[in-house]
Amino acid sequence: MNESFDIIVVGGGHAGTEAAAVGARMGVSVALVSFSRGQIGAMSCNPAMGGLGKGHLIREVDAFDGLIARASDEAAIHFRMLNASKGAAVRGPRVQADRRRYKAAIHRMIDAQSGLTIIEGEAASLDLQGRTVSGVALADGRRLEAKAVILATGTFLGGKLHFGMNSQAGGRVGERAATRLAAQLRELGLPLARLKTGTPPRLDGRTVDWGRLERQESDSGHWTMSPMSKGRPAPQLFCAITRTNVATHDIIRSNLDRSPLFAGVIEGVGPRYCPSIEDKVHRFGDRDGHQIFLEPEGLDDPAVYPNGISTSLPEDVQVAMVRSMAGLERVSILQPGYAVEYDYVDPRTLEPTLAVRDVQGLYLAGQINGTTGYEEAAAQGLVAGANAAAMVAGEPPVLFDRSESYIGVMVDDLTLQGVTEPYRMLTARAEYRLRLRADNAESRLTAKAIGHGCIGPQRKKHFRSRENQRAEIEDALSFALSGSLLQSSGVDVRDDGVKRTLADWLRFPELDREALLRIAPALADQPGALVDEAIEDHRYAPYVERQQAEIARLRGDDAVRIPAGLDYPSIPGLSSEMVERLSVSRPATLGAARRIRGVTPAALAAILVHARRRAA
Amino acid sequence: MAADTIYALSSGSPPAALAVVRISGARADKALQALAGRLPEARRASLARLSWRGERLDDALVLRFPGTATASGEDIAELHLHGGRAVVAAVLNALGDMEGLRLAEPGEFTRRAFENGRIDLSEAEGLADLLQAETETQRRSALALAGGALSRLVEGWQSRVLVQAAALEAVLDFSDEGEVGEAMPPGWSEAVGELAGEMEAALARPPAERLRDGLRVVIAGPPNAGKSSLLNWLAGRQAAITSAIAGTTRDLVEAPTAIGGTPFLLVDTAGLRESADEVEAIGVSRARETIASADLILWLGAPADAPDRGRTILIQSMADLQPATREADLRVSAETGEGMSALVDLLIARAKLLLPVEGEAALNARHRRSIVAAAESLREAQTSRDMLIAAECLRVARASLDEITGRAGVEQMLDALFGRFCIGK
Repeated sequence: MNESFDIIVVGGGHAGTEAAAVGARMGVSVALVSFSRGQIGAMSCNPAMGGLGKGHLIREVDAFDGLIARASDEAAIHFRMLNASKGAAVRGPRVQADRRRYKAAIHRMIDAQSGLTIIEGEAASLDLQGRTVSGVALADGRRLEAKAVILATGTFLGGKLHFGMNSQAGGRVGERAATRLAAQLRELGLPLARLKTGTPPRLDGRTVDWGRLERQESDSGHWTMSPMSKGRPAPQLFCAITRTNVATHDIIRSNLDRSPLFAGVIEGVGPRYCPSIEDKVHRFGDRDGHQIFLEPEGLDDPAVYPNGISTSLPEDVQVAMVRSMAGLERVSILQPGYAVEYDYVDPRTLEPTLAVRDVQGLYLAGQINGTTGYEEAAAQGLVAGANAAAMVAGEPPVLFDRSESYIGVMVDDLTLQGVTEPYRMLTARAEYRLRLRADNAESRLTAKAIGHGCIGPQRKKHFRSRENQRAEIEDALSFALSGSLLQSSGVDVRDDGVKRTLADWLRFPELDREALLRIAPALADQPGALVDEAIEDHRYAPYVERQQAEIARLRGDDAVRIPAGLDYPSIPGLSSEMVERLSVSRPATLGAARRIRGVTPAALAAILVHARRRAA
Repeated sequence: MAADTIYALSSGSPPAALAVVRISGARADKALQALAGRLPEARRASLARLSWRGERLDDALVLRFPGTATASGEDIAELHLHGGRAVVAAVLNALGDMEGLRLAEPGEFTRRAFENGRIDLSEAEGLADLLQAETETQRRSALALAGGALSRLVEGWQSRVLVQAAALEAVLDFSDEGEVGEAMPPGWSEAVGELAGEMEAALARPPAERLRDGLRVVIAGPPNAGKSSLLNWLAGRQAAITSAIAGTTRDLVEAPTAIGGTPFLLVDTAGLRESADEVEAIGVSRARETIASADLILWLGAPADAPDRGRTILIQSMADLQPATREADLRVSAETGEGMSALVDLLIARAKLLLPVEGEAALNARHRRSIVAAAESLREAQTSRDMLIAAECLRVARASLDEITGRAGVEQMLDALFGRFCIGK
């Protein structure tokens, strides 16, 4: 007998687990298919979670009661708030995570989630009725039925590993590639292309001379990735910093002919922000050294991740290269670095729900859409899972806007602009960055998450009390006073005779946190993080208001729908470049069309006229 | 969906006999009320004295059409003004001062009409062709204006703003990687200030409109000083390309003409004197406004009475009839032609200073708005102590420049960033 589910999720990485978990939270039945149960929740590349832009994504997934933030806190052996000295909008929480603890935390949460079944096996192909998905066929002959299938196959789609000049099929060392699935997607007419990514050699920490290296300690604060986490359960370790040098660069340069990158063996495009060390040395030849972070992979694990020397050079060159660096003179390599090439689907074929536009019931999430990173994958898993569940239940889609979340920025970028290199989140991608902070993700998103039924009861309770506390803080900040009164409290503002609320006074940098608490001592009883959030809200209010006006101006265009089959080549006045981009991305609204690169206001008017004519 | 109330000059480029300014949107009535001091009966033309902030703008015919059965489907107000440029500019400026009102984008009235179902399919068909022409024009005017000089200029700024934005974004997004510093990059503020300075300098240059509409030369002076003869002589000599238009302004005569290949708009004004006659008094006051908006003034009166010496050429007219005075720049006679070639040479020489230099980018009003916004944002970025604010100001500056040449976007900025910094782990 065939087993039947509402949703099947293929792949148990960060996208797959979030997709499966949110579907189950929303009350539909979910099967999570993975090659092997033991690999679910694996961190296959670097041991870090979060960072700039990425930390924002983690907090946003967490605001939907996702897994990634809580698992990160469970596993964190090193906390670091990036950009701590700058405005909160660009502060990025990041942790080093113990791989085993991380995986264990994910397993515990998945196992505790009702409505979620794990199925071990290789998803060989999709079952289709025309262009409607009806389930998945496993390699061992079993068939699973479902109304929606989410592919979260990571780099396993057409995956190929490069160790020096040798290559083999596979998505991760020691695992198989999903080649049959890739062929089927090609037959469905989905545009596939190649990307590449790389990983550095893993070093044996017992052979590192730590005493010679500059140490980076864990942050002393008490912040966590998720407010639901109870503190920092794991012991904290330090990271260390070393550098490449002229000798390292010489070794790399004299062996470039043995790098598959430079020998033309690798056709995929790699990320500019995560270049291999070969690339760095080649492109920035004038630099005499690059900083390398040595990050411990776990508490009971000797493996060390040397962040900054991703490479596909042969193993003997890797050994010589790392041993040329300070502190690593006698280091041994546990596993050499390698490059991975894999297929991705042009994400411009996706709807903002991450559903494939013309295959009913098929969703894609994670690296298969051309992104890189655990956090980007998890966020897409959330979007695909929530929307598949909403579709199955006949509920409205769960849509994310650029002006309200990094998730919205990413989905919009992917589905409208496509990718030319593995897509990584950066705060620079968010034009409304000042409002989209890691510290206000809950305030921005949890009400929406509750509306869509993505939140468990505990989280809901937490959110209610949080909202009450925020209201009390705002109440305290509505106290109005004059500049002279502030001056008498030791705040060096100009007295222009105008009475302002404390909230308004916060626009002046002279009123800092300490002085604020002195003037409004009631705030000291509130959670510090919420007070900080309020301070930051009011500090940047004039700029946020200006942006709000910009958003309102553009919002009208988002209400104007463009019919799905609009024939762009027949619209006079569009350049061939515009026609190409619009035809591939198929923007759903005039606002989306406006955001596509190179589309001019006059072209928008022409599109509008044609859209209306078709509708009439 | 249209929240803003929009306005624009709906008739041709002034000067002309009449100029129609149209206001469309929810605040149309409010704007009309503010200018006319009262709300006229719907769909009935009436005369109103328009003023703004205590200053009289014009006596105009005003109409109001309550939505939705209007051309755009929204509330519309129309102001039929006297078609002088100063009047039109003053009214448009007043509207621009009002909250919730902004200048319409090209084609925006038509767009609203279509959106509100006021244009049917066949009209929309024709509109598509029109829009194509608009695209073409925009492309040409944006990219090929002044032989590509404007696009070169703006693109140069764009790429330099991008570089400065990238320098900041590298610090904001990659400071953890040790390859870029924690603080504002050295020289950053100076580079941004220099860019703002160049934009301000470009804004101070002669506007493009002078090239299109001609240099405005106003002939003024007391009655019977020979102003009209002088105009006729200057215009008449170029009779082939002259068409003097007597406007309904009754008291101004405007003659576009080309002298030595340079475009001029010659304006003859009513003689300046105190008058009890109401019509003449209006004419005199209009003459003063015209003088105020002149690029050059040919003053035929007593040198001591000359307005704004910097813009004025002192002329002693009727040289054949009067003895020479020392203060005059030139003595001319329209009767004998005495001094006329010297006047023509002087006009051409002065024009060279006032018109955009050939090959140099000349900015029209739309460009100026965008560049003013960009320059202001850069100045704000320059003085900001908060890197986040500085980055936000640069984003606004980029968006402002993008309005001129089309959208650049984040990708270009990242190109600049990754091209300059070796970052990434």
